[in-house]
Amino acid sequence: MSRRVEHVTNGRLRLAVHVLAEGEGVPLLLLHGLGDRTGAERPAWSAAWPGPVLGLDFTGHGSSDRPVGGGYTPENLMADVDAVLAVHGPVCIVGRGLGAWVALLIAGARPQLVHGVVLADGTGLAGGGPEPPSPHVTSFDGPAEDRPDPYALLELARDVRPPDYAVDFVRFAVEESEREAPIVVSARIRPPWLEAVADAVGVVDLPLEEAVAHLARTAT
Amino acid sequence: MDGADDTRSFPGARPPDRTGPVDAGGLRLAVNEWGEPDAPVLALVHGGFDFSRTFDVFAPMLADGGWRVVAWDARGHGDSEHAHFYSWPADVRDHFCAISALADEPIVLLGHSKGGGQLLDLLDARPGLARAFVNLDGLPSQFSAPDINDRERRRMRRADLSAALDRRRRRNELRRRPDTIEGLAERRAPMNPRLSREWLEYLVTVGARRDDEGWRWKIDPVLHLGGFGPWRPQWSMEHLAALDLPFLGVLSGVQDDPMGWKSRRDDVAPYLPPGGRLEYFDDIGHFLHIEQPRFIADLVLEFLEPLR
Repeated sequence: MSRRVEHVTNGRLRLAVHVLAEGEGVPLLLLHGLGDRTGAERPAWSAAWPGPVLGLDFTGHGSSDRPVGGGYTPENLMADVDAVLAVHGPVCIVGRGLGAWVALLIAGARPQLVHGVVLADGTGLAGGGPEPPSPHVTSFDGPAEDRPDPYALLELARDVRPPDYAVDFVRFAVEESEREAPIVVSARIRPPWLEAVADAVGVVDLPLEEAVAHLARTAT
Repeated sequence: MDGADDTRSFPGARPPDRTGPVDAGGLRLAVNEWGEPDAPVLALVHGGFDFSRTFDVFAPMLADGGWRVVAWDARGHGDSEHAHFYSWPADVRDHFCAISALADEPIVLLGHSKGGGQLLDLLDARPGLARAFVNLDGLPSQFSAPDINDRERRRMRRADLSAALDRRRRRNELRRRPDTIEGLAERRAPMNPRLSREWLEYLVTVGARRDDEGWRWKIDPVLHLGGFGPWRPQWSMEHLAALDLPFLGVLSGVQDDPMGWKSRRDDVAPYLPPGGRLEYFDDIGHFLHIEQPRFIADLVLEFLEPLR
């Protein structure tokens, strides 16, 4: 059976939101890793979630539009997630890799609309590290329909993720959230930003399946 | 607006001798040139919320000094195409594309403000692009106002975050507010309090376009001052120390210029490359090349004379 795909818009771009499970109540929104896309089926680790399960393809990934000229930053990708929030209202998020970093940012930026996040292993988890990597400037002439967008692969593998910057977003989320422990770290691989998040007040540490169950209990 | 006078002149301002597009990863950037086509190339990179025609007085002075002066509008600014995403690294790459299209040999680069900071990063990645570098008040040293405590700063950034997202949600509806030439100049004045109203009105006629409702700045309405993201001034300043070419840095010492970077001589001196030269003027504001174009042009021409 083919799954349903909705679309949301971010500016002039159309983004694909895959409906992996239908249902009522607060959706669980899945954010994929760098260079990846929403999977074909609902992941087994999301079984405890009682409501709908959605998967967003980030700009330049999967079935979503690709912009001209790159310019990707995780802060810009927050607007992708915010476009889903504008349509669906409050959600809980599981972010993998790059999606975990974006999930943390949007949890801090929209604490009233993001009831809880799980930060999980996946591609692009470390970004460019806590300080800028060696500089690299290049341009691509490939076909405009390429997915993932080569500019996304280049730029989102090099963005800087300082631990203190990450902790600011934890504080934004925790201070304004009405939920108990709205941030859960389940990743086993922990670059410096995620170590700092895991050590922050108000953050809990659980395996992925248990983390989803925790959000289902506390944030729906 | 019918019948309104839509021209302004400014002493010494000269439109470009040539214009044209350059491709930057699929985006069209608008390029302006002054001077003889076969003269050595001197590329000018403007700062944030500016555009290449803000060089209309400064560039002709350099061109008359024997240079082919080339400047382009950053993505979303001036006559360049608006982009879906804006970022510092994307601007840096756009500069790379524009410079690569200009010449096969190293050229002289001059950047003002944000443009100068971005050239620092570009030259760390692509040192072979330039044979000399002039930076006009684009050397960062301050991360945040020292009188704002940690908690207040977090609150301010949290407000910045939600405001930026709100703005993105309304992106398709955003349009620059129309006004008269005088009105747009009046609204820009807080960014440029040291520049004359005559200059600001001239800028409107080259940096805005007129429609049935009035004049609107060409800059993409999604762009706004401020912003957020992880950044430390020393990340750029370490690139300054790595330079291996003739370098001239010019700092404005006016500490209350709202667009100023406010770096002082002692902030920058430890990072100067070998043989690098630093000039500090405590009576010229951030827009040094607009406030004192003849003085700054002569300073640049004198520095570049051995390279001409």
